[in-house]
Amino acid sequence: MSNKIVSVWTDNNFWKRSAAWITGFSAILLIWLTFDTLGQITQGTDTDMQKDAKGLYFSKRIPSATVINYKIGYEYSDKRGHEVPTINGKEKFFGRDDYSEEEAAALLHLGKLGSQAKNCMNCHTLLGNGAYYAPDLTKAWLDPKWKLMMAITQKKTREEAMAEFLQHPSKYPTHSRRMPNLDITAAEAKGLVAFLKHMSAIDTNGFPRNFGKKDITLRERSAK
Amino acid sequence: MMTTAYKSKDLATMYFIVATVLFGAQLLMGLIGAVQFLYPEFLFEIFDFSVARTVHINALVVWMLYAMIGSVYFLLPDETGIETVGIELGKLGFYVLTVAITVVVLVYVFIQIGPAAESTIWLINEGREYLEAPRWADIGIVVVVLIFVYNVYATAIKGERTGIVTVLMADLLALAGLYLAGMFFVDNISVDQFWWWWVIHLWVEATWEVFVGGLAAYGLIKMLGASRQVVEMWLWVEVAMLFGSGILGLGHHYFWIGTPEYWWEIGALFSALEPLPLVAMFVHVIYDWGKQAGKNGSNTINNRPAFAWFVMNAFGNFLGAGIWGFFHTLPQVNIYTHGTQFTNAHGHLAFFGAYATILIGMFYLNLQSKNGIERMRSTFNSKMAISLISFGVMGMTIALTVAGYGQVLVERAQMGATWDAFFISQQAQWFVQGMGWRLAMGIVTIVGFVYLAIDLLSISKVNHEKV
Ligand code: HEM
Ligand code: HEM
Ligand SMILES: [Fe+2]
Repeated sequence: MSNKIVSVWTDNNFWKRSAAWITGFSAILLIWLTFDTLGQITQGTDTDMQKDAKGLYFSKRIPSATVINYKIGYEYSDKRGHEVPTINGKEKFFGRDDYSEEEAAALLHLGKLGSQAKNCMNCHTLLGNGAYYAPDLTKAWLDPKWKLMMAITQKKTREEAMAEFLQHPSKYPTHSRRMPNLDITAAEAKGLVAFLKHMSAIDTNGFPRNFGKKDITLRERSAK
Repeated sequence: MMTTAYKSKDLATMYFIVATVLFGAQLLMGLIGAVQFLYPEFLFEIFDFSVARTVHINALVVWMLYAMIGSVYFLLPDETGIETVGIELGKLGFYVLTVAITVVVLVYVFIQIGPAAESTIWLINEGREYLEAPRWADIGIVVVVLIFVYNVYATAIKGERTGIVTVLMADLLALAGLYLAGMFFVDNISVDQFWWWWVIHLWVEATWEVFVGGLAAYGLIKMLGASRQVVEMWLWVEVAMLFGSGILGLGHHYFWIGTPEYWWEIGALFSALEPLPLVAMFVHVIYDWGKQAGKNGSNTINNRPAFAWFVMNAFGNFLGAGIWGFFHTLPQVNIYTHGTQFTNAHGHLAFFGAYATILIGMFYLNLQSKNGIERMRSTFNSKMAISLISFGVMGMTIALTVAGYGQVLVERAQMGATWDAFFISQQAQWFVQGMGWRLAMGIVTIVGFVYLAIDLLSISKVNHEKV
């Protein structure tokens, strides 16, 4: 086998250089896009939030942790062509709607740590990523199921029902597949609920689609 | 020529042995998870699904990294023509890594979770899929990998630097560097997942694939006597195509995690191109095989079990990553399939087809060289192993695909992805049947693994042509 080069297409050096150029170019493009994306996904501030609360939509893709002071929705937007999180005035969270930026951020921090320390992601998906043994948590805060769970846990608010469930999940089975007890304390549960509420306000470009539009809980109940 | 004289190859053997053990552990953990899907009370609150799954996917990633490091130590002397530099340091690294990984697994199994505090992330479990290893272990891994990368560079600089070695040098540096993107904690889950995918995607769909391209090139030269000039030209073409599509293909994970809409177009376009290099790699292997067979007839292949696994890799990579990946890579489809059993089907066939296969092939190449066997034949066990494992994984993939379709239609399209929608889909008859078949096919896979383990222990004692 001779090494004589018949044409550029069989020249190893040509392909080597092409590989280097293509890789370099792709990498530079990715880094440039990364800067742009990171700019767009940095968390908003409470000031942004107060402005947004005058309208319906969030101005930041990832809102401030103080979103826990507000009522969150998930509505179809004609402009975007899919559902987006909405902000619908104030709402009490464990009895308060005046969490400061620091207080709210501390709760979110605790919740995010908790989600990792308890390994949520190896049963559930978060933003659609993780395991497929249990429901997606992206919009769990907005799940119609909590209405029923409030009755079952005998709590007056959604956040209290969620916190109670998280502390004693296997006491409240909803299906044959139960969530195990993960030694979640009351404080940790509060943080986790704040984390879930915040996640439901992230602009996920319409994922999941039609969330909760078929309210099965209510349908089942009316069938009875 | 006695290739066994190289210490580098002994070090490779050590890595391969641990890799095989971890592969077995991976399968057992998968089995526990598969049983729990059908009988959720099995080991409930003792060894929960999340624990089994954590060990399943961590053992997977770690055995593959071990087998990859082993493969490099194995082929380096052949390529550079010299003994690997820093072999004693490499051995030390091996022991440090193996002890660290044993501790990590024991903690996963017995301690499992911790309080919501930084200490848990440092000492017990980081709780991010695939990257669960606690931070102390991350740092250990980085140090050991640095030793490894240093050894490769020092050897390549001293010895001959072939095209294959050049590709591996660049690739390993990128592979090791990317791990750093997964080593910090942030409150913002979108930022978290943004960097998390840098590790996961840019590993399996860029740097690991290029690594496999390098291994396949080496294997074709070694097993078929293919022309280095031609093989290395193909390798450069593959590198260009893999990185050209795979780097920006990262965008297919940025559709729904809070990142901007422009990733729809970028992710769709580049990830849709990702199957092309896999077709090229497939064609390359089959073409070289045919060409060399035309020259030398039936004596072409000097290691039949290894070659069978390399061919399985060409098929599996194309099917699992290429076809099953393309199925759900467009945002129009992915908005429904994202994070379902469909994803899981793809994950299994892709990891198996693209990586498990060729790395098992490397185990056989190592056995051949270690025992000075001129031509290694397949035994009954070799054939049972490759048939049962491949049939088992393919069967699991099909079962999961069917279950995934059911889940997508019921949970996502029809009922809108809520808590109840999820469970209604899980109780649907077709879903449950899919889970049953997955378990059955998982057992087939494990039986295949037993044949593989027996074969790896015994094949070199069978009557082969010795050097
Ligand atoms: C005995 C055979 C096996 C069984 C029973 C099994 C079972 C499982 C189970 C139950 C899960 C969790 C899926 C979920 O979250 O719903 C899983 C995940 C996974 N397994 Fe396996 N597995 C087996 C073999 C393998 C093999 C051979 C590979 C690759 C070489 C593999 C790679 C994976 C990967 C990558 C995931 C994560 C998938 C994802 O998140 O999409 N498994 N497996
Ligand atoms: C050998 C190469 C590949 C491997 C090992 C692999 C493995 C995986 C795994 C394990 C996941 C699930 C991640 C998780 O647990 O969340 C995944 C997701 C995905 N893969 Fe691959 N993959 C490969 C190549 C490809 C290719 C070539 C494509 C496209 C053509 C592709 C498209 C996708 C997509 C779109 C997802 C996201 C699925 C979702 O939204 O749930 N993959 N891959
Ligand atoms: Fe990907």
